Amino acid sequence: MQNNHLIELRDIEKIYKVGTIEVPALRGITMLVRPNEYLAIMGPSGSGKSTLMNLIGCLDTPTKGTYTLAGEDVSRLSDNRLAEIRNRRIGFVFQTFNLLPRANALHNVELPLVYAGKPIGIRRQKAREALAAVGLADRTHHRPNELSGGQRQRVAIARALINNPSLILADEPTGNLDSVTGEEIMAVLDEIHRQGNTIILVTHEEYIARKAKRIVRLLDGLIEKDDYVS
Amino acid sequence: MFRFIVEILEGLRIAFRALRANKVRSVLTTLGIIIGVTTVILMTCIILGLNKSVAGQFAFLGSNTVYVNKFEWFSHNWREMMKRPDITLEHMRRIEEESELAVAVSPWAETQRTVGFRERKLSRVDVGGTNENYILTNPARPEIGRFITAADVQHNRHVCVLGYEVAQRLFPQQNPLGQRIKIGSIPFRVVGVQERIGKLLGQSMDNYVMVPIGTFMKEFGRHHWMSIIVKASGPQEVENLVYELRGILRRARHLGPLEPDDFGVNQQSSLMNAFLRIMGGVYLGGFLIAVISLVVGGIGIMNIMLVSVTERTQEVGLRKALGAKRWMIGWQFLIESAVLCSIGGVLGVGFAFLGAKGVNGFLPTTMPPWVVGFGVIFAAVVGLFFGIYPAMKAARLRPIEALRYE
Repeated sequence: MQNNHLIELRDIEKIYKVGTIEVPALRGITMLVRPNEYLAIMGPSGSGKSTLMNLIGCLDTPTKGTYTLAGEDVSRLSDNRLAEIRNRRIGFVFQTFNLLPRANALHNVELPLVYAGKPIGIRRQKAREALAAVGLADRTHHRPNELSGGQRQRVAIARALINNPSLILADEPTGNLDSVTGEEIMAVLDEIHRQGNTIILVTHEEYIARKAKRIVRLLDGLIEKDDYVS
Repeated sequence: MFRFIVEILEGLRIAFRALRANKVRSVLTTLGIIIGVTTVILMTCIILGLNKSVAGQFAFLGSNTVYVNKFEWFSHNWREMMKRPDITLEHMRRIEEESELAVAVSPWAETQRTVGFRERKLSRVDVGGTNENYILTNPARPEIGRFITAADVQHNRHVCVLGYEVAQRLFPQQNPLGQRIKIGSIPFRVVGVQERIGKLLGQSMDNYVMVPIGTFMKEFGRHHWMSIIVKASGPQEVENLVYELRGILRRARHLGPLEPDDFGVNQQSSLMNAFLRIMGGVYLGGFLIAVISLVVGGIGIMNIMLVSVTERTQEVGLRKALGAKRWMIGWQFLIESAVLCSIGGVLGVGFAFLGAKGVNGFLPTTMPPWVVGFGVIFAAVVGLFFGIYPAMKAARLRPIEALRYE
């Protein structure tokens, strides 16, 4: 185990090809994250923070450099292998919640377990537990359109947690919520962090980023600042 | 293996949920499949039904029986054949004298006349002239009374035997035996009623009257085309009998060795073969219609599945982000396509069932259970096939682009 790091990004570059023009999005990122860190990635639009999040989330692979997640090099894996890693290691929380509109809360939460190949009995039980953990024990059979924005994001968080991932990746988790509900969701994330989870938050709002213990600021595809919040 | 079952069940659940959300669209999309499956199943039912009933009903022609006619059946060269001399009773006499393989020989001449009993009249009834041997060459038996006897033939008596349907319609309440009926304007006495034969291709085979051949010729004219029905001792003797009959006829006609036959020696099997040829054509036609509508239907399915993939791009992105592999996504859309088509298949089988009931009046149909299973499975296979392309398209979506898709 190298240095006990959960995430090791070394000299990561990502270049997008638009037609024949090469657009560099990340120009050499090196970053280490230990288990149980609570980290925010900040930066203006075009700074490369979405690209970095996609790479950390194993949704994409870097053009250059190596990415080691929990001791496993994931920088050159196939689509299907990456899917497995995402399923096992990463819990996603999106700005737009991304719940299946026709499925109830319970089914939405158990989805990662479906792709992990777990039988329905275990799925149901774990999904109920996860919903109870985010305070939605009485909403298991509601569909997303029967839930408030905050409740939807709680369902999404329950889904992110259900497979015991190594990392929770939250992309603007409060972006579609009013400030009161946003605070609530941040409190839920805080609680999750206290229970020992590693959280990476992507946001462009300073007051949200301040909830984290460490802030990484990106500018033009490079790390501009990497500070611990005092 | 276990994972695979989990995947299938999950795929089915997703498919049904998606289809339920778009009920009208789903049913409209399957219209092509419905038409295709209906056609295939209905054709199959009709053909199975026809084969079953025809095989039985051609038996009325008599098994092991050969027909000597002026023409070959199913020949098209009418102009040449019109010049041929008629078959006459003289030919029958020669066959009776010379044939060693013939077990029984009967003549057959026929016309159509109005048949009446008092005020009741039946128009266009087949009137046949034959002799006492007809019941040996053909399977029909008297239901009541007797058949034409040798004495009836010898003395040209004005007696007749009624077909089952004629008896039913002329004598709904009375016993027809001994009654006087008129065939055309000639009075005849009823001596018997034949057993019921049933329908062939929707046409009653019981609408006839039979009279002694001599009486027939005297009253209805000598120039009707006559056939001679000859029975062989068994199926293996039929070919030899045909050969022998050709020899007898050629001698009677004084044909030289190089001259072709100017008569036809026909077998029941040739009628059956012709029937099978026609059915083959009908089947091919139905098959083509079915294939075309299934292809059109399948393309419709493919189209709607492509729409479905586009609509659910974000969902695919999410599922991939949560760990769905390519084949899992592809599988999901394949199952959805197959389920969609199977629904069309079930509806198609239902319509075919109703259709079969509908045509049963004039065409016999049977619908064995395997046809139902075949229809639904066939539709599912069409769905799988036309679902491949949309499923591959969905499976290949890249998660980041799919997630970002609005």
